[in-house]
Amino acid sequence: MSGSAAALGAAPGRAAPIRAIPGFRTSLGITLLWAASIVVIPLLALLLRPLELGPLGLWESLTEPRVLAALRLSFGAAFVAALLDLPLGLLLAWAIVRLRFPGRGMLDAALDLPFALPTAVAGIALTALTAPNGWLGAPLMAVFGLKVAFTEVGVVFALMFVGLPFIARTVEPVLRDMPLDAEEAAATLGASRAQTLWRVVLPALLPTLLTGFGLAFARAVGEYGSVIFIAGNLPMITEIAPLLIVIRLEQFDYAGAAAVGLAMLALSFVVLLAINMLQRRLRRGRR
Amino acid sequence: MSDDALHTAPFRPAWQDRPWVRRLLAAAAVLVALVMLALPLTAVFVEALRRGLPVALEAITEPDTLAAVRLTLLVALITVPVNLVGGLAAAWCIAKFDFPGKRLLTTLIDLPFSVSPVIAGLVFVLIFGAQGWLGPWLQARDIQIIFALPGLVLATLFVTFPFVARTVLPLMQEQGRDEEEAAATLGAGGLQTFLMVTLPNVKWGLLAGVLLCNARAMGEFGAVSVVSGHIRGETNTMPLHVEILYNEYQFAGAFAVAALLALLGLVTLTAKTLLERLSGRNGGLV
Repeated sequence: MSGSAAALGAAPGRAAPIRAIPGFRTSLGITLLWAASIVVIPLLALLLRPLELGPLGLWESLTEPRVLAALRLSFGAAFVAALLDLPLGLLLAWAIVRLRFPGRGMLDAALDLPFALPTAVAGIALTALTAPNGWLGAPLMAVFGLKVAFTEVGVVFALMFVGLPFIARTVEPVLRDMPLDAEEAAATLGASRAQTLWRVVLPALLPTLLTGFGLAFARAVGEYGSVIFIAGNLPMITEIAPLLIVIRLEQFDYAGAAAVGLAMLALSFVVLLAINMLQRRLRRGRR
Repeated sequence: MSDDALHTAPFRPAWQDRPWVRRLLAAAAVLVALVMLALPLTAVFVEALRRGLPVALEAITEPDTLAAVRLTLLVALITVPVNLVGGLAAAWCIAKFDFPGKRLLTTLIDLPFSVSPVIAGLVFVLIFGAQGWLGPWLQARDIQIIFALPGLVLATLFVTFPFVARTVLPLMQEQGRDEEEAAATLGAGGLQTFLMVTLPNVKWGLLAGVLLCNARAMGEFGAVSVVSGHIRGETNTMPLHVEILYNEYQFAGAFAVAALLALLGLVTLTAKTLLERLSGRNGGLV
């Protein structure tokens, strides 16, 4: 998003651009020092440390059943949570942009709450809510026999909380800027409202929904604070990948911890790349 | 029935749903917001006050909690200015100059948002930890980075890295370069141009970025949890203190400290909404 905006200002041709504004060297110098020391060099360590294990050791370290189970839970729960957030986020964005009702302003402001609430706070609050005696946990248990806290369901619920604003806030501006004449035209041509929504509105929003899905998913995969309280952290069952990193570090298995971290980043990258390609196909298909 | 509706209902544009559909959607949205947003927030305060206000206040004024509050403030006091200067410099050179690798730099600035906070802590352990690259060297000189303040600061710097740059960059790009070029033509230096021309144009966005950066710095859990060592009264920040109290089954105390952090979040949220009104821009927190 911001990358394409930055590219707009790129100078054409090879000739050194004439810099009318002074201070380029200083600001670039500060920027590079800042970025290198806080982000680039530390991430380099993540890239290089797992190599100490050697290819075979790295493979063994990552194919341990406990690691595979943790990765499966982190990625699976993140996927399900982002998927469930899609309709909810769309609903909230729709309500904010298209509807007028008392409390709409409050809803708009409250939507950023999962961003603003520290993850540990969200973690213990969601656990209290969904525990067997909690406000949500008790009725869900009594009516559906559904145990939320300390199960995979709880992990998904916490990740849904974290991801919801990503989808709603991504869809909201696009929905706001969407011209209404397409819907008008569809109605004039005899489409029912349901047909218009399904055939005109939803396809137009699909690339944006995918972007939101990607953001919510990426955040959920690495989420720690809001999950560890609600998860129960049973090895092989409700243990998330970031927790496994912490555990390996506590055992001084630095390379093994780095291997899990690197695997998480690589897998996220693959998923986001797939989403990006899907998006491109969707955009091309619409033309 | 549709004939009847034609006569009695006010004009409804084709892009608008029927009134009962709109009411249903609004009700559903409110329900989702209540369950997913309002309920968790309410739970924090209700649980904090479950055993009465005195118990909550006692938990907040206990020495270990106060030490955690002080440490949290100290970490934020160091990290926010660093990311303020770095973020401003980055936004300025990306928005006002052309150079090779600009897109890469822009991507790099967003990178920490897509990295797990635990990994943000991990990378510094890999470098400075007992078995890290510099571990033995540091140990020989008795310098402690991991399980001490510098580690907490580094991990927090990583997770709050994008906030200022990200909120300020779009504003600076929107504003173009004409004013800076005019200032330069009139003989202003780099710093002078930046302080007197660029900065006043982005002040509200900058303030919002600093607020968000600060809220995240104070509320960060995963990254600091890895590098903290969890020494009570020494390397425990507020969110880590919440975890310790919670794991010791001191629920009232845990939620009391959590309520403080929730208040910080609410203040940030309100301030951000006000700033958006002031600057006439709308957008999410990240």
